Amino acid sequence: MSQHTLSVLVEDTPGILARVAALFSRRGFNIDSLAVGTTEHPELSRITIVVRVDHELALEQVTKQLNKLVNVLKIVELEADSAVQRELVLVKVSAGNGTRAQIVQIAELFRARTVDVSPDAVTLEATGSGDKLDAMLRMLAGFGIKELVQSGAIAIGRGSRALADRSAREARPIRLTPAATPATAEAQSA
Amino acid sequence: MSNAVQQAPAALLPQARPRTAGQPDTGAEHVTGAQSLIRSLEEAGADTVFGIPGGCILPAYDPLMDSDRVRHVLVRHEQGAGHAATGYAQATGKVGVCMATSGPGATNLVTPIADAYMDSVPLVAITGQVPSTAIGTDAFQEADIAGITMPITKHNFLVTNADDIPRTVAEAFHIASTGRPGPVLIDIAKDALQAQTTFSWPTTTDLPGYRPVTKPHAKQIREAARLIGASRRPVLYVGGGVLKARATDELRTLAELTGAPVVTTLMALGAFPGSHPQHVGMPGMHGDVAAVAALQKSDLIVALGARFDDRVTGKLDGFAPHAKVVHADIDPAEISKNRYADVPIVGDAREVLVALAAAVGAEQEDGRVGEAARTGYPAWWRELNQWRTTYRRGYELPADPGLLSPQQVIERIGRLAPQGTLFASGVGQHQMWAAQFLPHEEPGTWFNSGGAGTMGYAVPAAMGAKAGRPERTVWAIDGDGCFQMTNQELTTCALNNIPIKVAIINNGALGMVRQWQNLFYGARFSNTVLHDGATNATTGSTRGVGSDTNRGTRVPDFVQLSEAMGCVGLRCENPYELDAIIDKANAINDRPVVVDFIVHEDAMVWPMVPAGTSNDDIMAARDVRPDFGDFADD
Repeated sequence: MSQHTLSVLVEDTPGILARVAALFSRRGFNIDSLAVGTTEHPELSRITIVVRVDHELALEQVTKQLNKLVNVLKIVELEADSAVQRELVLVKVSAGNGTRAQIVQIAELFRARTVDVSPDAVTLEATGSGDKLDAMLRMLAGFGIKELVQSGAIAIGRGSRALADRSAREARPIRLTPAATPATAEAQSA
Repeated sequence: MSNAVQQAPAALLPQARPRTAGQPDTGAEHVTGAQSLIRSLEEAGADTVFGIPGGCILPAYDPLMDSDRVRHVLVRHEQGAGHAATGYAQATGKVGVCMATSGPGATNLVTPIADAYMDSVPLVAITGQVPSTAIGTDAFQEADIAGITMPITKHNFLVTNADDIPRTVAEAFHIASTGRPGPVLIDIAKDALQAQTTFSWPTTTDLPGYRPVTKPHAKQIREAARLIGASRRPVLYVGGGVLKARATDELRTLAELTGAPVVTTLMALGAFPGSHPQHVGMPGMHGDVAAVAALQKSDLIVALGARFDDRVTGKLDGFAPHAKVVHADIDPAEISKNRYADVPIVGDAREVLVALAAAVGAEQEDGRVGEAARTGYPAWWRELNQWRTTYRRGYELPADPGLLSPQQVIERIGRLAPQGTLFASGVGQHQMWAAQFLPHEEPGTWFNSGGAGTMGYAVPAAMGAKAGRPERTVWAIDGDGCFQMTNQELTTCALNNIPIKVAIINNGALGMVRQWQNLFYGARFSNTVLHDGATNATTGSTRGVGSDTNRGTRVPDFVQLSEAMGCVGLRCENPYELDAIIDKANAINDRPVVVDFIVHEDAMVWPMVPAGTSNDDIMAARDVRPDFGDFADD
């Protein structure tokens, strides 16, 4: 099994998330995380999907099937070495007077921020790669994690190029075939 | 139930109707959403719509009544509307259109939409939806049909603004009919149909995410031609895509240029003449031994508009183990989905075939082809011909000479049918026999439910085909199980002057399931007996071959049932009157005809590749495995 991050540029139409999610469940594709949000173009949304596949051909199937969705404009695989990938966690850790300082110290090591403190708990906010966040959560596990919420991964390519370049956003108008031309009206066997 | 009417406030009732013909394409007309919809259907070229009105689609039916360009055929069940639109599309090559109301009307379209999706049929389904203000409230007859049909449509739309109607209809017809064809659903909220809007028909469409590739890549074409020239045992594996691309002449050119054998799938019957010397038959679970063996033993499969369906490949691991694969399809997702393609070609089958023939010709002229290809693969043909002559298509007549054999009935219908007859088939044993024993010489004359395997497809699909091509004779080959699912559309046929002919291959059983029970479940016929009069068993089930002879209780009596629906009902029970009764049916052209052929119930479909096994394990008949000269290394 290998993990891949796909950035999917879609038209921001009602039901697009349902279409993408339903495609994954129907085709039996494994999905590790999915995050959706707006982009620099108001009419476009960007879905970041982390998929797990057995082999290269399965990843090819995922992208080909996604491409068949009419509202999907572009799919790019973002490789780890040429993209930045981030996840966000909010975690509520049990903390008393004896452990609070230790927890805050761990948070600092991972550049996490303390966003809420109460007499028996500390809530931390951390961003980073999945590996880093896993490491932090392992360190915190011993104190007792009361509540954990994680975002899906989002990712962006390095360098100056944008995913939503002109060619992806603008359609060449396609001339509709007039209904009565021979190509459509002629009987199949004629 | 689906005809229940929600009373519209007086203010929302349809306004004065505009003229339906002679309007210029430019300039906006002031109309209701419903009028806009009907105008859009006219502009899209929909001359026939199959449907049933109901509450939420009701506004659309008012202007429909006045359209002189759109004929509406009032069916008896929405499933019939969907299959009729499919049959119409398959017979004419145009987009089929069906219409239904919200809720149950829409959900009754789900089966034909799924069927059209599996067989890539261009279909536009229009459904009414509850008013946009009521969506999500579980209103009367509300169903999220766009959500329900998401996985079984090529695309679908929910329209809540009347201004969007013309553009949506134009896009729906464009998406349904281009690229890999498929069904598109348009769900329109009732208030959008009732609202005031303007109509103008778009001449272009703007779909940035939808750009089907039709022109094949030249490098891939050259590589495919090179492989054909170098191969010693090539096969052209032809699927339904060749028919949809109307590329049958181009296929013949390539086949004759290369001299390679051609196999046509269930969906492609007629794409290559069945009598052509290079046609070695249909591959698959009930295909010809020679066609199955040709794929299994080949060193190069050239797949054209085919998708390596499990019914063709058998157990995928054991499929054509020595073959390289050239796979040409308009849908890139089909390539390397089931079987890895050494040479993938994305493109329209006609453009691919033209380019491939040119490239093969160039290889031949330049003398770059191998000895086998230059001489027309003589060694390969010796093997193919041996399989062809040893394992001919055939069937055993029943021991009692007074009984009708189902294969014989279908074979005689094929022989006696007028030139150019269209055939629609249901699903099951009769479908396989129709695939095996009808002539299949001409493209676009054979329609069946291949991918979805929808029992009940035949009668409404035949109706749609006849509505689209009234000058042709249309025979539905149906089973008694299938017929009882959708026969009410015979009423539609009788009332709308759509005189189809239906052959019920009546063995009193769900024949194909019975065949599997016979082979794999120790002849325990659980719930596959459709007639009454079985011995020592609960109704519907028997044990052992011969334990449930059809005693002719005839519930229902198909002859009487057909007469009641305004058809001519005939019955044929023995081989002596077979030709006379078929001739009689062929001679009636002013009314639908139904012939109840009482056939013996233990006939089986052979050859057969049992499910889940390799094609190498094909059985030519019960306990007969063909000799491919490889028993030694089994």
